[in-house]
Amino acid sequence: MSTMTTPEVMLLPPDANHQRKGIRLSRLAPLILMVSPAILWLLLFVVAPLVYVLVISFLKRGTYGGVVASFNFHNYLRICDPLYLNIYILSVIIAAGTTMLCLLIGYPFAYIIAKANPRNKNILLTLVMLPFWTNSLIRTYGWIILLRTDGTFNTLLTCVHLISHPIQMLYTNGAVMLGMVYTLFPFMVLPLYSSIEKLDHSLLEAASDLGAEPWRAFLRITLPLTVPGIFAGCIQVFVPTLGYFFISDLLGGGNSMLVGSLIRNQFLAARDWPFGAALSILLIAFTIAVIRIYNHFSGSSLGNI
Amino acid sequence: MKRLLSLLTVALFVAVLVALGGCGSGATTPVSTTSKEGQAKQINFFQWTEYTPQSVLDSFKAKYGITVKMSNFSSNEEMMAKLQAGGLSEYDVVVPSNYVVKAMIALNLIEPLNKDSIPNLKNIYGAFLNRSYDPGNKYCVPYMSSPVVLAVNTKKVKEPINSYNDLLNPALRNQIVVVDDERPIIGAALLATGHSLNSTKASALKDAENWLKRLRPNIKVFDSDSPKTELINGECSVGLIYNGEAALAIRQNPDIKIVWPKEGIAGLTIDNLCVVKGTKHEKEANLFINYLLDPEASKAISDVYPYTNPNKAAHSLLSKTYLDNPASNIPLDKIKNSELIGDLGSALRQYDRIWTEFKG
Repeated sequence: MSTMTTPEVMLLPPDANHQRKGIRLSRLAPLILMVSPAILWLLLFVVAPLVYVLVISFLKRGTYGGVVASFNFHNYLRICDPLYLNIYILSVIIAAGTTMLCLLIGYPFAYIIAKANPRNKNILLTLVMLPFWTNSLIRTYGWIILLRTDGTFNTLLTCVHLISHPIQMLYTNGAVMLGMVYTLFPFMVLPLYSSIEKLDHSLLEAASDLGAEPWRAFLRITLPLTVPGIFAGCIQVFVPTLGYFFISDLLGGGNSMLVGSLIRNQFLAARDWPFGAALSILLIAFTIAVIRIYNHFSGSSLGNI
Repeated sequence: MKRLLSLLTVALFVAVLVALGGCGSGATTPVSTTSKEGQAKQINFFQWTEYTPQSVLDSFKAKYGITVKMSNFSSNEEMMAKLQAGGLSEYDVVVPSNYVVKAMIALNLIEPLNKDSIPNLKNIYGAFLNRSYDPGNKYCVPYMSSPVVLAVNTKKVKEPINSYNDLLNPALRNQIVVVDDERPIIGAALLATGHSLNSTKASALKDAENWLKRLRPNIKVFDSDSPKTELINGECSVGLIYNGEAALAIRQNPDIKIVWPKEGIAGLTIDNLCVVKGTKHEKEANLFINYLLDPEASKAISDVYPYTNPNKAAHSLLSKTYLDNPASNIPLDKIKNSELIGDLGSALRQYDRIWTEFKG
C-alpha cells in the first residue's frame, strides 16, 4: 500500500497517518471490490496474453517448432521481406474496399432506421442483429452454396436466360469482399445509427427555414455531424477484415493469402510461433495507429461512441 | 492517477495470488478409479476427429470393462501443444502422424511401447512397419494411413495423366483442386522435378518453386476441409487431395479415378497409436492398442472411415465398398516404394516461404 502514502500524509503524526489510511481504505474498499473483477479479467485475458505474444515475437523458433529463448529482432526484419509485401497490399485493398462498400450501403440503411418510427426502429435493429445469432462460419458456407458454379444464383440466372453459361462467382476476390461486407455490415450500421439518431433535428429545420435544399442540408449538417459515427464504423469494419482468414479461405478458395491466413499458417503449418507473433504485433500496431489517427482528427475518444 | 495506480497494484496482487493458487490445481487429475482386479475403469484416448467410431470403443468396453473416453484434435500441432501444456496427465493413448513422431520423442511426449503386450502387431503389413520415422517400431503402431492421392475425372480430362508433370498441361487451366497443405503439394513439386519430397537443398527447392509457378494457373481452389465437393459437383476435374476425400468422391461419381504418378505418392503419412509419456494406465493402454489391431475392430473402423487400412489380418473381412475403392485400398507396392513426409526441423521455414510465394 506504499503507493497510497502521499508526501502530505507523511507529514502528519504517526497516529493520524494510520487513521487517515484506514479511512481511505474503507472508502476505497467498495470501489476495489467493484472494479477488481473487471481489471482482473483484463489483466488475465487481455494484458497477459498480449505480453506473452510480444515476448514470443522477440524469440526464436526451436528445431521442433517450440520457442527458444534467444532475444533477437530477426522476426521483425523478416516482416519487411518483399515476399510479404503483396499480402499486405492485397489485405489493405480488400479491407478498404469492404469498408467503402459497407459505408455506401450502411449509411442510407442506418439513416432509414434512425428516422423510422420507434416500433419499426426496433424491428429493423433486431433484423440487423439477427444473423449474429448464427455462427458466421455456417453463414459463410451458406454463401458457398449460393455462389457455386452449379449454385442457386447461377441456376436461377440460367433459368431466366440472363446468362447462357454459369459465371465464376465463387473463389474470386469479389466473393471474398462480398463475404466480408456481409459479415461486418452490422459493425458499420450500429455506430452510424447511434450518431445519426443523436443528431439534433432542429438544426435541419433551421437549415430548411433558411432556404437550404435537403441535399445541401445533408452535406453541410448531417454528414459533418455524423463523422464520428462514420469513423467508428470504418474502423470496426476495416480492422477485423484484415484478420478474418476463414472468409478469404472459404470464399476465395485460398487463392489470395491475406495477413490473417499468413499468421494462422505460422502458428500451424510452419510451426513458427515467433514469426506469427511478430506479424500479430504488426497488425496490432497498425490498428493502434489507425485509431490514433482517428482520435487526432475527431478530437474525441472511441469510448464516447 | 495515484488512486488508479494503487487500484491497479491491488488488482495485480490479487491476480498473482489467483495465478499462484491456480497452478497447484491447474492440471486436473483424470478419473482413475480402479476395479477389484486392479484394472483401471477408464482410459483417455486423444484422437483425430472422425477417425475412430464410437461403436469400436463400446465393444472394447463390453469385452474388457474399460471405458475409453475419447477427446479429439484436428491437427498435429494442436495435439502437441495440448500435450505440452499439461496434457500428459490427461491422456493415455494418442495418435500422431509419422512426421511429428521424432519431435514427440525429442520433446518427451510419448513412451516406448511394451511390444510383448501388443501381439496383434503381427497383423500389420510389413510395408507400414519399420519405417524411417521409428525404426523397429519402438514407439509407434500404425493405425491408418491417409496419403494425398491424385484423383482425375476421366470423363472431363481426355489427356492421359501419368506424372505430376502432366498437371502442368495448359488444357487443365483453372481445373485443379489441391489441399491447402504445404508439405504434400511442395512434395509433388519436388518429386516432379526429380528430388526427394523431403529435400532441403537450395537447388531442389528452387526447382520446386519454379514448377509450382507453372502449376499455379491450373489451380482453382485450395481446400483441405472438403475438397471432394469440388470434384463431385464438377467445379474441378483434377484433385490432389487426401485419400479419404477421394474415396468419398469416387463413391458419388464413378467417373473419378485414382491415378498413380510414376514419381510416387507425394503426401504419404501414417498415423500411429502411441502411449503418452508417464501414463498411469500403461497396461490398459496397451490392451486398447492391441484391441484396435484386432481384425474385427479394424474392419469396424474401415466400415465407417475410408482411409487406408494397414491391417493384413483384417483384409479378408473388409467390405466390398472398401476393397473396390482404389483411393482407400491402395496397392501395397505404392506404399512400400513411396517416401514418407518427414520432419524437416528448422528447414520447414524454407517450405513456408515457397508456399507463401506460391499462394500469395
